[in-house]
Amino acid sequence: MSAQVVLAARNVAKSYGQVHALKGVNFDIHRGQVTTLFGENGAGKSTLMKILSGVIQPTSGQIVLDGQPVAFGNANDARDRGISIIHQELSLAPNLSVRDNIFMGREIMGPLGVDYAEEERQTRALMEELEEQIDPATPVEDLRLGQQQIVEIARALSVDSRILIMDEPTSALSASEVEVLFKVIRDLTARGVSIVYISHHLEEALTITDHAVVLRDGVMTAYAPRAEIDLEWIVRNMVGENYDLGSPPDSAKGDVALSIRDLSVPDATGQDLVRGLNLDVRAGEIVCIYGLMGAGRTELLETVAGRLRATGGQIVLEGHEISHLSIGQRIARGLALVPEDRQRDGLVQTMSVGQNLSLASIARFTRGLFTSTRAERDLVDDSIRRVTVKTSGGGAPIGSLSGGNQQKVVIGKMLATNPRAILLDEPSRGIDIGAKAEVFRLLAEGAKNGLAVVYSTSEVSECLSIAHRIIVMHKGRITAEFDSTVSKDRIMAASGESQAA
Amino acid sequence: MSATTTNPAKPRSLNIGRLLLEGRAFFALIAIIAVFSVLSPNYFTLSNLLIMSSQVAIFGILSIGMLLVILNGGIDLSVGSILALSGVVAGAMMQGVEIDAMGVILYPPVWAVVVLTVCVGAAVGAVNGVLVAIFKVPPFVATLGVMYVARGIALLMTNGLTYNNLRGSEALGNTGFNWLGFYRIGGVPISVIVLAVVAIAAGLMLSRSAFGRWLYASGGNERAAELSGVPVKRVKITVYAVSGALAAVAGLVLASQLTSAGPTAGNAYELTAIAAVVIGGAALTGGRGTVRGTMLGAFVIGFLSAGLVIIGVSSYWQTVFTGAVIVLAVLMNSLQYGSGARKT
Repeated sequence: MSAQVVLAARNVAKSYGQVHALKGVNFDIHRGQVTTLFGENGAGKSTLMKILSGVIQPTSGQIVLDGQPVAFGNANDARDRGISIIHQELSLAPNLSVRDNIFMGREIMGPLGVDYAEEERQTRALMEELEEQIDPATPVEDLRLGQQQIVEIARALSVDSRILIMDEPTSALSASEVEVLFKVIRDLTARGVSIVYISHHLEEALTITDHAVVLRDGVMTAYAPRAEIDLEWIVRNMVGENYDLGSPPDSAKGDVALSIRDLSVPDATGQDLVRGLNLDVRAGEIVCIYGLMGAGRTELLETVAGRLRATGGQIVLEGHEISHLSIGQRIARGLALVPEDRQRDGLVQTMSVGQNLSLASIARFTRGLFTSTRAERDLVDDSIRRVTVKTSGGGAPIGSLSGGNQQKVVIGKMLATNPRAILLDEPSRGIDIGAKAEVFRLLAEGAKNGLAVVYSTSEVSECLSIAHRIIVMHKGRITAEFDSTVSKDRIMAASGESQAA
Repeated sequence: MSATTTNPAKPRSLNIGRLLLEGRAFFALIAIIAVFSVLSPNYFTLSNLLIMSSQVAIFGILSIGMLLVILNGGIDLSVGSILALSGVVAGAMMQGVEIDAMGVILYPPVWAVVVLTVCVGAAVGAVNGVLVAIFKVPPFVATLGVMYVARGIALLMTNGLTYNNLRGSEALGNTGFNWLGFYRIGGVPISVIVLAVVAIAAGLMLSRSAFGRWLYASGGNERAAELSGVPVKRVKITVYAVSGALAAVAGLVLASQLTSAGPTAGNAYELTAIAAVVIGGAALTGGRGTVRGTMLGAFVIGFLSAGLVIIGVSSYWQTVFTGAVIVLAVLMNSLQYGSGARKT
């Protein structure tokens, strides 16, 4: 474990005005090993990574590369010294081919312009090295997300990166794609490449890392090699207290609030993504839908909410058939959806925190022709309190919030409509543990007050928290149904990922 | 750099820069008035300001409609043509509508002409809206097509000629069309009052009505708005229809001011309207912009070109200046919106 330190941060601090994002952090990256950075949203992980990769400059402190203090002027500077970063959002041009993406901005020039043949040869070599069957001429948009990730990695390798920083590389990957990525990471480390890894998926990160660094509020709270740590250690250092995603609330179960009968949803080509699905959820009950990517969870929830049209079946809310209603009418009847991708489907980035919170319940503060400023403010303040959004107030821009708080805004927006049943598609995606626990606490609270809750997840441990009932979906069907005492293994086996576990 | 602007705690000096940036259209207008007042004694007089304002009115009314469409994330290239078509439709009605079957010529009263013309404008606008919202034609293309079609219909209706007699006659009971363009209430031209009424109504709608909130939301993120229950298609069709109706109002004002209606009127007015909206700080990507800003933008363009005329600068230079102002405005827009706000 005493591998050579290639890159180190010495007492690095970064301030934005009065806000101290990082306060004197020390941090080592070892040659040929994986160092994982744990921390909640806003703990300073991304800031630290941006400093190490030259995207931003530290306010004070030093970066030491191979024992020599260095200062990176910009990201290209760092890249020239072998440090590459793969951002959470991939930076590929979807319309261009794999080859063109890999050599974007550094095209190999021959006497007659770009030497495509040479670029293609090098791309092929890279793909072979990564053991991926991707043709260099394939447009990136035709690749699966996991393969796109591979292309990003190939691009980083093509500039001979010795240090590769990955910011949440697995958040959009399926279990099998994660396996591929981990294999690539192991190959890379075997070749002496150092990896810095950031992930919210703790169990996953533990399987790959050699060192763990925990950041909290801009300070490094703990550091240890893999052999000395476990999941509990990380969580304890991340949140600083005992952490628990909760247990099923002992709410009184009422009548069936939401009933899905024989529902089928087609994809663009007319094939059924969801096939003849039946599900009843009672008031006060929490149901977790577990499944892999492509299992049809998102399609199911979006159809129930009204975004997609079903080819057959019924959706009954409190005894009324609602499948012919618009999204707005369904919301008015008491059915709310918190979508999976909060940036794309949940938030209006141009509006403030308050306007986002009140967006789904405008009718509640409209008097005649006009909206009532006071009624809206009351509703916004009430929502902020109810879902505990950490913000300077309803007027703050939505972009000023951390991921977890943004998610709470989306949930708060839908709770403000006073729903009878709420659907949440991957409510924990991309948010930290503290926020996760709070989201689940909110759901449990809602259920106690008679709300029917359905949420989907791809993390088994989240199913085993507050859900009374666990539904496993596989290829558009319900393949198993468990109560809250089930074991992880049985859930995973039913979802068809036993080999990946 | 991107993080600095999202940071609430900022040094004081930056706030002044911020203030200048956000109030740029206002300061530009003040600067234009100040400069031309020095250059010409006739510029800063009440009568000249009112004359300039009545010229601004037409672009102002158009640009409010344009603002609504741009807030929705679209663009409306057809307003200049709708303006011409509306003028021609109104002109045709003033000449009398001949109904062959009954062998009579109807001369609708002026109020009916106005109402019907606005309805025609709204209907053409609604065609834009349906093309964009239901048939998913990109706004640029849909309104470009309608721009040509509306202009063509206007040309067909008059055979390329212009209606010159819009005064009506006492005997037919359809006088008063020139009221819009020539009369004043308390010294203020009717066109300026129309602009003020439209601006106040649009401002209230945007800031205080549920529809305004729907519009900002669907322009900022249509998918999120839809999932929050906003009837995004209805919003879209409505804004194009309103833009068409306002183009018709502008067409009526212009026809009334000129006491003539020609099929070539309002050529390239849509570009001036877009420029006013952009100078007013609205984002062409949708979701950001205000009526106040757009009004300032319209007055900046109008007062600038009028001032250049008054001090005797060639009209070719006016075109250059107007273009420079637009580019400068867009540059500042990207300063304001480009770096901040986007944090994931």
